[in-house]
Amino acid sequence: MRASYRKRDYSIVGPASEQAIAKGLAAAEWYHTEVPRKQMKEFMQRSDGPAIRDTLIWLSLLAASGAGGIYFWGTWWCVPCFLIYGVLYGSASDARWHECGHGTAFRTQWMNNVVYQIACFMIMRNPVAWRWSHARHHTDTIIVGRDLEIATMRPPDLVRVVLNFVGIVDVWFAMIDMVRYSAGRLSPAEESIIPEPERSKAFLGARVWIIIYVATVAAALAMHSLLPLMLIGLPRLYGAWHMVMLGLLQHGGLAEDVIDHRLNTRSVLINPVSRFIYLNMNYHVEHHMFPMVPYHALSRLHEAIKHDLPPPSPSILAGYREMIPAFLRQLRYEDYYIRRDLPPSAKPYREDLAVGELVLQIASSDVPGP
Amino acid sequence: MPRLVDACSIEDVEPEDVIRFDHESHVYAIYRSPSGRFFATDGICTHEHAILADGLVMNDVIECPKHNGRFKYETGEAVRIPPCVALRTYPVRVVGDRVYLELP
Repeated sequence: MRASYRKRDYSIVGPASEQAIAKGLAAAEWYHTEVPRKQMKEFMQRSDGPAIRDTLIWLSLLAASGAGGIYFWGTWWCVPCFLIYGVLYGSASDARWHECGHGTAFRTQWMNNVVYQIACFMIMRNPVAWRWSHARHHTDTIIVGRDLEIATMRPPDLVRVVLNFVGIVDVWFAMIDMVRYSAGRLSPAEESIIPEPERSKAFLGARVWIIIYVATVAAALAMHSLLPLMLIGLPRLYGAWHMVMLGLLQHGGLAEDVIDHRLNTRSVLINPVSRFIYLNMNYHVEHHMFPMVPYHALSRLHEAIKHDLPPPSPSILAGYREMIPAFLRQLRYEDYYIRRDLPPSAKPYREDLAVGELVLQIASSDVPGP
Repeated sequence: MPRLVDACSIEDVEPEDVIRFDHESHVYAIYRSPSGRFFATDGICTHEHAILADGLVMNDVIECPKHNGRFKYETGEAVRIPPCVALRTYPVRVVGDRVYLELP
């Protein structure tokens, strides 16, 4: 007997969206670990100090490595400079975009807004469109037909995953989006999430970006040198690997269509340098469960609630050892996902809404095994 | 005709904090400002379903725990997206050590 499947529909304006709403998966009540209010208030407290310190370090290293790249341009010594510059530009900007978008990095909002705009430019994410898509990502995390930020849809497109380590696919679509926004156009999905009064800001931002990129290309042509593009634009390609390496681990290989972040999100223990670049987003279950806790308090939050969470992956390598086999399995059996054991001290997973039911359409009695 | 509803004791709300108050299937949020004044608004964020009493009070602002949207709790004004619609506010009276909401 032959089993046939309907391909998963990840569009947020298609039938899968309506099905997710009908099943109660949209804007659902998610599981939260219980934390005493007094302790949670401590975790949520905002402070400018840590973010000012980390931003100054970030910008200083960017300036120093960029200056080194310029000074040593034409010699092999520029390579290590641009390796550092690229990661600070094309990967660290992802975390700054994210934290400042939540408004939690700094206590002072204008500081969040300034760093947010700079980081958005570097990571090539429209400040308006991505603010609203990320709000949806937190409302309906990895809900098929609702979440626009599902990085690895099933079956996983592994070629795309690999290419994105050097930003190729993402940057191509980011450029198309930038031109589209500059022409005053939104996709139907974007129209469904971005309120009318916000849209003109998205269009204006894209036009400013195009001016900057055109000026950079013009400078490169005038100088007969790639150097201007090595400083603006190209680092989003050659420096993206660190962001993708950690970003894939956030939800890769885990469940879809659940309302318990412990089932669809992964925390990973990583080295201090990567934690600085990533602003502690390796504590990703904790972040999704309590997005109002600033990045500098996430490790303390982790200690407070780890009794209720699956153990974090002990390293980036361990995370990949868990995730890659799951991706390979999902190529054959899309409904497969990693289900990690909870410690005895944890409350059971919230599974009152069935995993996979939304999309698995089996025409015959044979169910392919994992 | 407005009616007064006994909501809580003044000791139930710490300065610069918020508590949830449920009454007749409606959720309210009761705030105590850093200077000790009491205020009340609807208890659900106008953007999406999130209980504001789980959020953070900073000076005169309540931050939603779900998407970090912000409102001025004295006026209900939405001051940080995603919410674009103001919260409904309710007059509050403090009599002795009790906090009363004036509901329509």
